[in-house]
Amino acid sequence: MADFLLELRCEEIPARMQAGARAELEKLFRREMDAAGVAVGAVIVWSTPRRLALIARDLPQATEAVSEEAKGPPEGAPDQAVEGFCRKNGVTRDQLEVRDVKGRPTYFAVRNIPGRATSALLAEAIPAIVRDFSWPKSMRWGAASLSTESLRWVRPLSGIVAILGEELVECVIDGIASGYATKGHRFHCPGDITIGSADDYAEKLRACHVIVNHEERQDMIRAGAARAAADAGLTLVEDEGLVIENAGLTEWPVPLLGRFDEDFLAVPPEVIQLTARVNQKYFVCEDASGKLANAFVCTANIEAQDGGARVVDGNRKVLAARLADARFFWDVDRKKTLAEHARGLERITFHEKLGTVADKVERVAKLARWLVEEGIVQSSPSSCDGEGDRSPQASGGGAPPSDAGASATSPSQADGEDRAALADMAERAARLCKADLVTEMVGEFPELQGLMGGYYARAEGLPDAVADAIRDHYKPVGQGDVVPTAAVTVAVSLADKLDTLRSFFSIDEKPTGSKDPFALRRAALGVIRLVTDNGLRLPIAEGELLDFFADRLKVQQREAGVRHDLIDAVFALGNEDDLVRLLARVNALQAFIETEDGANLLAGYKRAANILKKEDWHGIEGEIAQTGEEDPLAIVDDPDLKAVIDAKMAERHAKELSYTPEPAEKALMDALDGSERKAAAAIEAEDFGAAMAALASLRAPIDRFFDEVTVNADEENKRAHRLDLLARFRAAVHKVADFSRIEG
Amino acid sequence: MDRNPEKSFQDMILALHDFWSAQGCLILQPYDMRMGAGTFHTATTLRALGPEPWNAAFVQPSRRPTDGRYGENPNRLQHYYQYQVILKPSPPDIQELYLKSLEVIGIDPLKHDIRFVEDDWESPTLGAWGLGWEVWCDGMEVTQFTYFQQMGGFDCKPVAGELTYGLERLAMYIQGVDNVYDLDFNGQGVSYGQVFLENERQMSKWNFEVADTDALFDLFNKAEAECRNAIANDVPIAAYEQAVEASHLFNLLQARGVISVQERASYMGRVRDLARGSCEKYAELMAPRWQAAYPEWSL
Repeated sequence: MADFLLELRCEEIPARMQAGARAELEKLFRREMDAAGVAVGAVIVWSTPRRLALIARDLPQATEAVSEEAKGPPEGAPDQAVEGFCRKNGVTRDQLEVRDVKGRPTYFAVRNIPGRATSALLAEAIPAIVRDFSWPKSMRWGAASLSTESLRWVRPLSGIVAILGEELVECVIDGIASGYATKGHRFHCPGDITIGSADDYAEKLRACHVIVNHEERQDMIRAGAARAAADAGLTLVEDEGLVIENAGLTEWPVPLLGRFDEDFLAVPPEVIQLTARVNQKYFVCEDASGKLANAFVCTANIEAQDGGARVVDGNRKVLAARLADARFFWDVDRKKTLAEHARGLERITFHEKLGTVADKVERVAKLARWLVEEGIVQSSPSSCDGEGDRSPQASGGGAPPSDAGASATSPSQADGEDRAALADMAERAARLCKADLVTEMVGEFPELQGLMGGYYARAEGLPDAVADAIRDHYKPVGQGDVVPTAAVTVAVSLADKLDTLRSFFSIDEKPTGSKDPFALRRAALGVIRLVTDNGLRLPIAEGELLDFFADRLKVQQREAGVRHDLIDAVFALGNEDDLVRLLARVNALQAFIETEDGANLLAGYKRAANILKKEDWHGIEGEIAQTGEEDPLAIVDDPDLKAVIDAKMAERHAKELSYTPEPAEKALMDALDGSERKAAAAIEAEDFGAAMAALASLRAPIDRFFDEVTVNADEENKRAHRLDLLARFRAAVHKVADFSRIEG
Repeated sequence: MDRNPEKSFQDMILALHDFWSAQGCLILQPYDMRMGAGTFHTATTLRALGPEPWNAAFVQPSRRPTDGRYGENPNRLQHYYQYQVILKPSPPDIQELYLKSLEVIGIDPLKHDIRFVEDDWESPTLGAWGLGWEVWCDGMEVTQFTYFQQMGGFDCKPVAGELTYGLERLAMYIQGVDNVYDLDFNGQGVSYGQVFLENERQMSKWNFEVADTDALFDLFNKAEAECRNAIANDVPIAAYEQAVEASHLFNLLQARGVISVQERASYMGRVRDLARGSCEKYAELMAPRWQAAYPEWSL
């Protein structure tokens, strides 16, 4: 057994690519060893900007000899067949063995593959690893690049160390020969270092100012930066991304604290932090009160002779120049009001078929106002308690009516005034929400969109609710992002996202596969979270866009632990465009289906449905469907037809039976009478728990019915009635959810 | 940083010339046209094409009309100097050579933190891209370091290494000066401001306020036509000059604010077509000669 060390040295590897490169190196090494039959145990992979290293512990010195045998044609088979078999197995005819197979002499090819030295296998594997290595971007270099066939690597590859035990694994890749020698720190130890084995590798490098283990460098930066801040009486603002990036930029990280001019603190702290982080990869610090301090921590790659004073001073100057730019933008931007900035949006195309950003803002402003005027967004964050004057469908198709204001009938004058004020505020915030896109600051730092608008709004004295809405209207951005609850913000955020979705769907720009250039999936998810978290009642969309929402909802709810088949079961009921109601129903259904009653009722439902299918019995719904409706599915969505069905159902139920029902049959009929009524009332009241309870009361009667009653009775009238009864049971269940969509 | 007459702006240029000359580079002079970057010099673009070795170093004045600040900003100029080195094929010790050049102009890598930070380069205008870094000195970008992979839409065979030093920045750093106009130009009492401040004032005004936009549009169209004329007549170097001219005229029109956002893409596309067309013609014209000298090479 011996340990193997591989080091691939090259010019500086981009920090962001190093984690992927480590994974790629281990994957390819295991692939090659697996193919060569070498058992690989623990593997360590390290990276610095200038090297990738892999250590595999306890590799065998050689692979074991193996004997492979293959059964061929029987003796006496045509020569062609025998020769083909020989060719395939790489043996000559006289090497074939003849063995008895069930009384028939048969040819066998036996190949003895001798074991091979692991070092020889590694010598073949290393070039394969290098050639097959996949980088996000790779390049050619040097004299060899006269041909485009020359080796590609992320940056020029300069050296290979490959040692098994203490023996060199000899290989050459594009003129680069493996050896024992590597390089230490670029400036502290520019000469060659001779590595003896995997065991002394890390320590020899450490002695030459290289910490090869990236995790150790990360620890040094984390601890060193925190210490530098603490020494100055400050607290480091932790930033794991910066830790990893700086570890990817250094072989010998030395965190150093510097100060910048306090006057720059007049600029919003987010701007300072972003300037420091994005442009310079510096950490920032906070004082005891949690406010941003005039300090930064940079990570040098040298142990400077003067303790880092020059390094800090140089970095301070660079940061000062950057902050001076930021302060210039901050000052210049505030010379105009947001309303003045917003005029610049007329020059920015939103989409060639959808006009300018100013056009979009106009639509969003109208929609935001309408959302408030309709009472969909209300000043109380928990608007579910409702005002009773508005059923969810009351507002129709979801397009803002031109004279929306008149239709709102508020319980009191005061509420009406509040609502009007809120609507004004929402419209105002919406008109200004994109204005910061044309400011200098957002031009420089696009990731500050929204945030800067909020700052500028406050600076010009706009109400906090408006400033907050401008700041937060892009939220929620990701799955973990906070969902706004302030009414003005909710109105603007929802209006912005709905407008984006409707606009792009209207010009047939829909996401396909992995392509979603306008981030419509994210917008839909944002709408779903805004609507469900705030309990907003509105018809969200129709047609294709509603289907799109359904898909997004399934993805989102699956992550929240809700079964997608249950969502299907509720969506299948028809055009449910009220997400709050839909989710209430799905949640009640999930709770129910997980109870014993629920599971048994589902079993009873499936049994009933199977019988009806086998007997080709459609019940009344089917009869009506067959009387001229071209698309039988259409009836599901047609409220008028539903009424007809209900009337016919009631009529048939009222008919006297032509025979005395069996007790279990009668019990099911009675249970359905009660349960249908209760379920209908509960659904009307959107009390889906009660609707499920009404279904639960059918569980014992349906089980008993199947136990005691023969559906396929000899008498046709009994058979027909019992099939109708099952159809009625199925219909009763369908009022709550389409159980046929439920799995299990 | 110590005040040192050896570290004047012109001494820095002379030191770089000496250093790169000793490495076998031709020391060329600036291209005698207005251009946005040293990369536009034919010693870089056109010489990056083809198989022949090419090692050259030169200063190139770079014109960025929109960066003009009337001489009032300590860092921004509409006219500044780039020092450009092109090494083809890229030598194996190109990083070490570069670092030695920094030491020659007074940057000690054990006192200053030198870092190679990923920064890939792409010029759609030239149909060119490469991988490399921006080189940081104590957090300041002092050089753009690029391995050209494509130029004019052709694979670079072989690859050239390009180094572009920002001379004013580097000098400000070495001299410890916060304002570009305070730079010691010659070590004998002449400052950068004495040489260039008035130019910056007048040129900023001309770029932003005075330049006759109708004439600029007209010149742009004429340069475009002349470029096509030159391509049609198999003189691609002349065509390339017209493409460079058109590119600068476009930058001037941008500074005058007369090109709308929508038109911008279209103008950039026109410049790109000229530059690429010139490079393509040059490569086509030269290919037989290159192939004769390097039989294993192909376009």
